[in-house]
Amino acid sequence: MNLTSCLMLSAALFAIGAYGLVTRRNMIAALMSLELMVNAALINFVAFARFGGGHAAAPDPEAGSLFALFAVAVTAAEMALALAIVIAVHRQRRHLDIRDLDGMHG
Amino acid sequence: MSPSLLLTLTWVLPLVSAGILMAFPAGSNQAVKRFALAANAANLVLITWLSVAFLQDHPHAPPGSTESVLAFAADYAWFPAWHIHYHVGVDAISMSMMFLAGVVVFCGTLASWGIGERSKEFFVLLQILAAGVFGSFISFDLFAFFVFNELTLIPTYLLIGMFGSGRKEFAAMKLNLMLMGGSALILLGILGLYFESGIRSFDIVELSRIHFDKGFQMWAFPALFLGFGILGNLFPFHIWSPDGHASAPTAISMFLAGVHMKLGSYGCLRIAMYLLPEGCRPWMDVFMVLAAGGVVWGAFVAVKQKDLKYMNAYSSVSHCGLVFLGLAFLNLVGLRGAVMQMLAHGFITAAVFCLIGMIYGRTHTRLIPEMSGLMARMPFLAVSFIIAGFAALGLPGLAGFAAELNIFLGGFTAGSPLATVCSALAVLSIVVTAIYVLRAANGILHGPPNAAAAGVSDATLIEKIPLVILLACIIALGIFPGPIVALLDEALLPILNNLNR
Amino acid sequence: MGDSTVIGPLGENMGLIGYGILAFPLLSFLINGLWLGRKSPRASAWTAAALMGLTLALAVLLANAYRGIVLANPGAFPARAALLWEHTWMSFGLGTDSVLAAKAGFLLDPISVMMVFVISCISFLVHVYSIGYMHDDKSAGRFFPLLSFFTFAMLGMVVSGNLIQTFFFWELVGVASYLLIGFWYAKPSAVAASKKAFILTRLADAFFLIGMLVVGISAGGFGFDRLNSPEAAAALNHTVGAGFLTFNLLTVGTLGIYMGAWGKSAMFPFHVWLPDAMEGPTPVSSLIHSATMVVAGVFLTARLFPLFSAAAHTLRVVECTGAFTAVFAAAIACTQTDLKRILAFSTLSQLGLMMFALGTGAGAYPASMFHIFTHAFFKCLLFLSAGVVIHAIHSNDVRDAGGMRKALPRTYWATLIAVLAISGIWPFSGFFSKEEILHAAFASGHYGAFLAGLCTSGLTAFYMSRYFFLVFHGTRGFHGAYAGSAAAGAAGHGGKDPDAHAHPVREGLLMTLPILILAVPSALIGYFSKGFFMRAVLPSGSGTAEAGGEALAHGGAAWLPAVATVLALTGVAVSWYWYGMKKNGPAFPNGKAPAWYRILSNKFYIDELYLFLAKRVGARLVAAPAAWVERRIVNGAFDWVTGAIKRMAFVQSLAQSGQVQLYIAVALLGLYLLSRFAGLAF
Repeated sequence: MNLTSCLMLSAALFAIGAYGLVTRRNMIAALMSLELMVNAALINFVAFARFGGGHAAAPDPEAGSLFALFAVAVTAAEMALALAIVIAVHRQRRHLDIRDLDGMHG
Repeated sequence: MSPSLLLTLTWVLPLVSAGILMAFPAGSNQAVKRFALAANAANLVLITWLSVAFLQDHPHAPPGSTESVLAFAADYAWFPAWHIHYHVGVDAISMSMMFLAGVVVFCGTLASWGIGERSKEFFVLLQILAAGVFGSFISFDLFAFFVFNELTLIPTYLLIGMFGSGRKEFAAMKLNLMLMGGSALILLGILGLYFESGIRSFDIVELSRIHFDKGFQMWAFPALFLGFGILGNLFPFHIWSPDGHASAPTAISMFLAGVHMKLGSYGCLRIAMYLLPEGCRPWMDVFMVLAAGGVVWGAFVAVKQKDLKYMNAYSSVSHCGLVFLGLAFLNLVGLRGAVMQMLAHGFITAAVFCLIGMIYGRTHTRLIPEMSGLMARMPFLAVSFIIAGFAALGLPGLAGFAAELNIFLGGFTAGSPLATVCSALAVLSIVVTAIYVLRAANGILHGPPNAAAAGVSDATLIEKIPLVILLACIIALGIFPGPIVALLDEALLPILNNLNR
Repeated sequence: MGDSTVIGPLGENMGLIGYGILAFPLLSFLINGLWLGRKSPRASAWTAAALMGLTLALAVLLANAYRGIVLANPGAFPARAALLWEHTWMSFGLGTDSVLAAKAGFLLDPISVMMVFVISCISFLVHVYSIGYMHDDKSAGRFFPLLSFFTFAMLGMVVSGNLIQTFFFWELVGVASYLLIGFWYAKPSAVAASKKAFILTRLADAFFLIGMLVVGISAGGFGFDRLNSPEAAAALNHTVGAGFLTFNLLTVGTLGIYMGAWGKSAMFPFHVWLPDAMEGPTPVSSLIHSATMVVAGVFLTARLFPLFSAAAHTLRVVECTGAFTAVFAAAIACTQTDLKRILAFSTLSQLGLMMFALGTGAGAYPASMFHIFTHAFFKCLLFLSAGVVIHAIHSNDVRDAGGMRKALPRTYWATLIAVLAISGIWPFSGFFSKEEILHAAFASGHYGAFLAGLCTSGLTAFYMSRYFFLVFHGTRGFHGAYAGSAAAGAAGHGGKDPDAHAHPVREGLLMTLPILILAVPSALIGYFSKGFFMRAVLPSGSGTAEAGGEALAHGGAAWLPAVATVLALTGVAVSWYWYGMKKNGPAFPNGKAPAWYRILSNKFYIDELYLFLAKRVGARLVAAPAAWVERRIVNGAFDWVTGAIKRMAFVQSLAQSGQVQLYIAVALLGLYLLSRFAGLAF
């Protein structure tokens, strides 16, 4: 395992997430896709921390992992909030089709 | 505590009280009102104390000086990188405006005693609005002035939109759009001053020393004067005010017409005219014509209004036209007449709006044809209405006359035929004022009592207090204008000297 | 403030008297208005009368002291007007030493002292009378403070030493009369009358204000000593303007000021407010007509007489308006049927006499002031006695009266004296003052005005004796029979007066006493004070010595008193023939009044003309279009702008579909393009 394969995995995850986010009609699925994209970024952090040692860009291997942990916590909170919104929307609309939720159009 | 800190306290106190009010539990109406009243009473006492201290001792500008001298001044660097300062102080003009604002806020609080639902939100917004106005009047830094000025817009919008009557959403939107437009012009002018000055300063006193380029003055002056003019009810940009004032709840009408509008004419005088004298002189004829137009126009349109609030709002157009007319004559008597008129109109219109609110609370109508014979049922309110009405039509012995006499005298001494014609027109429009004031007073108070007058009772003690205070101010200003005029002259002279430079 | 000056040989005490004269009526207003009036109307009435009594006492002291000083210093007065005291109210320049300053002062000169005496005397008697008159009125507590305020305002006006103070109190007089005319505010006609009086006089006052500012600024001061000096007239006498629009400042300024007097003294065509002002309580009418409101106009003209006499055009206008109003109002008075309206038109006519006398020049100045003086007493008497009659018959209509001689004997005799006085029958007071006016007009060669004056005195004798015969002779309600047919169309019919309460006909002591007291000066004061007026009451300021000489030198026309008396007696005789001998007025063929009679009784339709102008021209052609333009065009502009912004926003909003996923796709595409732009390759 080396840096390149990690980055390949991350890129694949990011692409899948992006595709899902743009195409899935269900809001929960869209959120899961979003989570995939975030985690793709986190893999990059960890990978650079693990394999980028000695490089001036990553002087401290611990920092990358710490950053990832921190982001996981934040994402968890964000997801909790998002799901709460989803539930509220579901209660009101009885569906979660993202394409019908265009109230911002005005 | 030093007086300059107390001066700052005048806007901190309402703001802090707004914060505390937010923490009040929902539904505690009485406690909210009492707390707001206590805060505003304390602020009025504070301002009165400052006014008395100012009267007793204040710095004098040397003769011929072009620099405003401030009492209770304080100057702290706020954003040093951009030379933004928190520079506060007062001269006689701003001190008198502060006093006006303090009285009207206090009286407005008492006039809102009947407010029931959501009184917490109401008073929070009112306190923020008041803080913005107090802060504006004491700021001698353009940036701080602008920030405080903008602080007033949002509460105004919400107060009219939430607590108003009639087409309140439309009125609130219209008012805010117009005032935002004015603010855009003001911001343009202020930034122009900042960059053109060469010293990158927002300080009014420092900027007054700068000799701006004539070409710059020629476009910056109308931008600033118009921007403030929109706020100060300059014809034909007054259109936000009748709708806004008629839709606003009583205390807000009082405050908007009585004090907030004065911020506009104050800005015209203190910023546009003071800092840009060379732009001022060529442009002033244009604004003189607009002002005279407003005086005549407002009076005639007021004659046709059926709604008391609209009538008073158009009467404000007419009276604010007089303020601009006084400014436009560019002489001491005219300028002091304008400031006197700002004060007089502030007290008078606050009293009239206060009375209209109280009458509406009893008869549930504001339409003149629907009321009759209220005099017999509510003598105190009726007599107050008549006094306030006579003050509005410029009866000697009441505040309006002392101001108008100065303005007219300023016009006739200005020496230009245009000024003479404009002031003669303004004098004649006073007759029209008499027509609409008497039409309203006779219509609603006199005659046989009708259905609207049934079950109407006279003012309660809480209602009497604001009226007595406002009327006392109107009478005092009308009978003893001499000392106030002498004080105002001191503050106006630097501005005038700068204009004649 | 506080720069008090005492000019001349007048001591400190005189200054105090001056303060007291103004302070007592004001005190009465404040005490009764703020507190006592609501507490106890009775106590308030007596307090007000007592305070007015004190004012009268001080006025007598002042007049006596002043008379002594004038007599002791022949030649010094009235050339030198004395200021008892003066304070700066508001300065219009830098510091208090500016020449342009509004001051509050107490001016002593012959006419101000005369007016102070007349006002406080009449006002005191009216206060006493009102105690009886308002006895049963629930709103008496509101009445007395206003009456005192009215007195205060008028006193402040006559003692002012400068134009701004004059204007200040002038307006207060106006507002006091507004409040008193509309005193019975539940009565729509009273409300309309008060509004009419205020707005018409206010219109005139706007011109006064303009004239005052023009004159004061150009003359370099508002003080009368300054304005009445020849230098002021010279400074003003120049032409301004360009092209076809040129004005003589002196003419424009004095005409403006005269406009104020024109409206206040109700000269034609401003006269319409005065007859309607009868809607107020009768004591108010008597005060308005004898000593306060309407006299103010003549007083102002007299006060600025030296300045006016420098402006020939203005003086000509004064003369013409005065002469025309004198005849015009006298003619209308001949056909009126409302008790108080007859008296109102007679006041107009008498004011016209005083006004045109001033217009004929300095020679008639003392005569004009003399007529103000005598007129005050007999006109007050006439109104107060009319009030007694109205109280007794509960109606304002002469046709409901008749035969009141038996019921009201004291009022009858007093009224007789006043009628003789106003008709100019020797030796009653009116004879002397009217004769002086005619003399002066004739001597100065103003024959038109002189003829108008003669005509007026004939008509006056006619309509006053008509009034007298209709009210006091014949039998009660006798005239009602003839009234029946005319009443339906008579616009002047006042109907039942709400102040006429149901009680038997009586002459209460409080009401008759002032009438009887007034009968004394009405009869005698002309004879006794003529010499003093002709000698001492001369225009203030310079150039008075020759004016006084002129005034005394016109004794040439010895035939004049005889002619005037014959005219007056003819008037009385015609009236006796038509109304006195138990008849009902002139017999018209086939019982229908001819056109001239209808025009007269409808007061030349001037009121209708005003109504037309106000409603049709003022409201429809100016205010309504203005309101329409305001709503549609000025506010329409805002709506158009906001509409345009909305339409722009709609175009913009087409790009905003509300589809979150589309936004994300666009964002990702943007990210890709950005990365390509930054030189990165995927």
